[in-house]
Amino acid sequence: MSNDARIRGDEDPYVAMQTTDEFQALRKKFRGFVFPMTAFFLVWYFVYVLLSTFAPGFMGTKVFGNINIGLLFGLGQFVTTFAITFIYARWANRELDPLADAIGARLDGVKEH
Amino acid sequence: MAHLTSLPALPTEAATSVGSPTLNIAIFAGFVIVTLVVIVKLASGKKSAGEFYTASGGFSGRQNGVAIAGDYLSAASFLGIAGAIALQGYDGFLYSIGFLVAWLVALLLVAELMRNTGRMTMADVLSYRLKQRPVRIATATSVLAVSFFYLLAQMAGAGGLVSLLLGVKGEGAQNIVIAVVGIVMIAYVLIGGMRGTTWVQIIKAVLLIAATAIMTVWVLGKYGFNLSGLFQAAVDNNPKVGEKLLEPGVKYGVNTTTKIDFISLSLALVLGTAGLPHVLQRFYTVPTSKQARKSVEWAIWLIGGFYLLTLVVGYGAGALVGPAEINAAPGKANSAAPLLAFHLGGSPFLGIVSGIAFATILAVVAGLTITASATFAHDIYKEVIKKGQTTSDNEVRVARMSAVAIGVIAILGGMFAKSQNIAFLVALAFAVAASANLPTILYSLFWKRFNTRGALWSIYGGLVSTIVLIIFSPVVSGKAPLPGTTVSPSMITNPDIDFSWFPLDNPGLVTIPLAFFLGWLGTVTSAEHNAQKYAEMEVRSLTGHGVAKALDH
Repeated sequence: MSNDARIRGDEDPYVAMQTTDEFQALRKKFRGFVFPMTAFFLVWYFVYVLLSTFAPGFMGTKVFGNINIGLLFGLGQFVTTFAITFIYARWANRELDPLADAIGARLDGVKEH
Repeated sequence: MAHLTSLPALPTEAATSVGSPTLNIAIFAGFVIVTLVVIVKLASGKKSAGEFYTASGGFSGRQNGVAIAGDYLSAASFLGIAGAIALQGYDGFLYSIGFLVAWLVALLLVAELMRNTGRMTMADVLSYRLKQRPVRIATATSVLAVSFFYLLAQMAGAGGLVSLLLGVKGEGAQNIVIAVVGIVMIAYVLIGGMRGTTWVQIIKAVLLIAATAIMTVWVLGKYGFNLSGLFQAAVDNNPKVGEKLLEPGVKYGVNTTTKIDFISLSLALVLGTAGLPHVLQRFYTVPTSKQARKSVEWAIWLIGGFYLLTLVVGYGAGALVGPAEINAAPGKANSAAPLLAFHLGGSPFLGIVSGIAFATILAVVAGLTITASATFAHDIYKEVIKKGQTTSDNEVRVARMSAVAIGVIAILGGMFAKSQNIAFLVALAFAVAASANLPTILYSLFWKRFNTRGALWSIYGGLVSTIVLIIFSPVVSGKAPLPGTTVSPSMITNPDIDFSWFPLDNPGLVTIPLAFFLGWLGTVTSAEHNAQKYAEMEVRSLTGHGVAKALDH
């Protein structure tokens, strides 16, 4: 644990922790997931909004019965929202929480020294 | 969620009620009594500030998720979206999607980090690593502005719906109902604090979703559980709109301005939710970021499920009630769901749905009031006026007094605004939340360099630009008179008064990028940077370290 040497009582524990590889890995992992996911759902949402606004005829194309592309597209927004929620929660519970907890525990240890 | 089809000024003299007003009032009174009993039983004497504002973080993620749904699904969401779908078809459905997708911003970017860095109010997070006083004042100003517009919309909605639901007619009677709603809401907040208010929202969410689910199954049952058949019936019953009812564009496809207006609205919806203070306040009622995550998960399932149900309820109202009857009813679009209930189950079912609609308004205004009073007492009174030097008891006393004051303002404002276009107030609340709050929230959570000047420019710039553009938009003045009348649908109904120069009803397309730009510009022109507080904030936001200790304050 080479980083431990950097965490001393005289230095601010948060500043010290911020520069550790562990914390930077957690930060990178979190941002690496939520930023692309946010970009994806915003683009997907605005594609839908723009199509609804500027291509109502296309959206009104019937697929079967009275069910048209617009309705399927709209329901698709529900599906992706539910799916992103499910995927993120599972990912965060499994991948993010253990890292975050470990760092939190280390900070507690430091404070007692 | 209040919604953009207006709850218009009611032609009170023409108000005709359906069903049995006595029954409607009895069911509403029943809800009030039951919830007050629950609140009184939960209330345990003196409250600390943390207990009053956040129930000391004592709720589970699942409970909070249901409460968030209760807070978010306002009467106008239930009545407004169903009515918009009934009359304008697909365009109504489009709103509900914006309201839902917006929750992903909260889930991925805001909820957990806010929970980990804040204690009691939104300003706790925004001022964390910046200069306390100016940032708290700016944040509190914007929080109070959003809460005020949102409250007015809800209170005015209560007055507007009253003619139909409770069968009371005339200005005086509407004012009485607004006052009753306000007084019950103040009682909830004073007696129950955040814990009591949360339970009211949970009870309401369960009732609202259950009633909507029953209506959905009932409607689908009438069409042999064939969605396509239901759509056909809605189209057949609306010869004026016809097939277009199933396509986007009935309301917003008129011309290029309305199309750009819709894009502007969509932007404000999707970015506004995660900046709504009463929504953010709910994340402090759970103990950890894991529970905050769970809260949003539950909220998304419930809110998404609810909007799917409103699709059926809306087209069901279009098919079974029809646009002629809806437009003739007081409240117009907003009466679509209650009228559908009447067509399905007669007076008793109408009574249930009406009672729930009122319960819904109550729960939402209580959540808004507690957030606004927490902001005033914690940010303005404690941190700014008393410079942090006051007791928890004093703070709670100020919070209670501000709750009463906010309640009174809401009652008076609601009486004044009941003839106003509610779309205006709600669009304003969302646009301010997306312009003044969200850029600063995201910058302060994610941008290392961000500083006080950036925050102030972004908050004030977003707030002022939104309000100015709305004042000079067609919402306030200058819309062409409705066909066959001399009354303008603008807030100023005299068509001769026209000082509008901004073409869009929704300013978000301009003000949201502007606020992001100002936040960037202010930041790069100021050298301020507190590396130590930034490290503390970032480490805490991602690890939740220090949250438990913070709760003791």
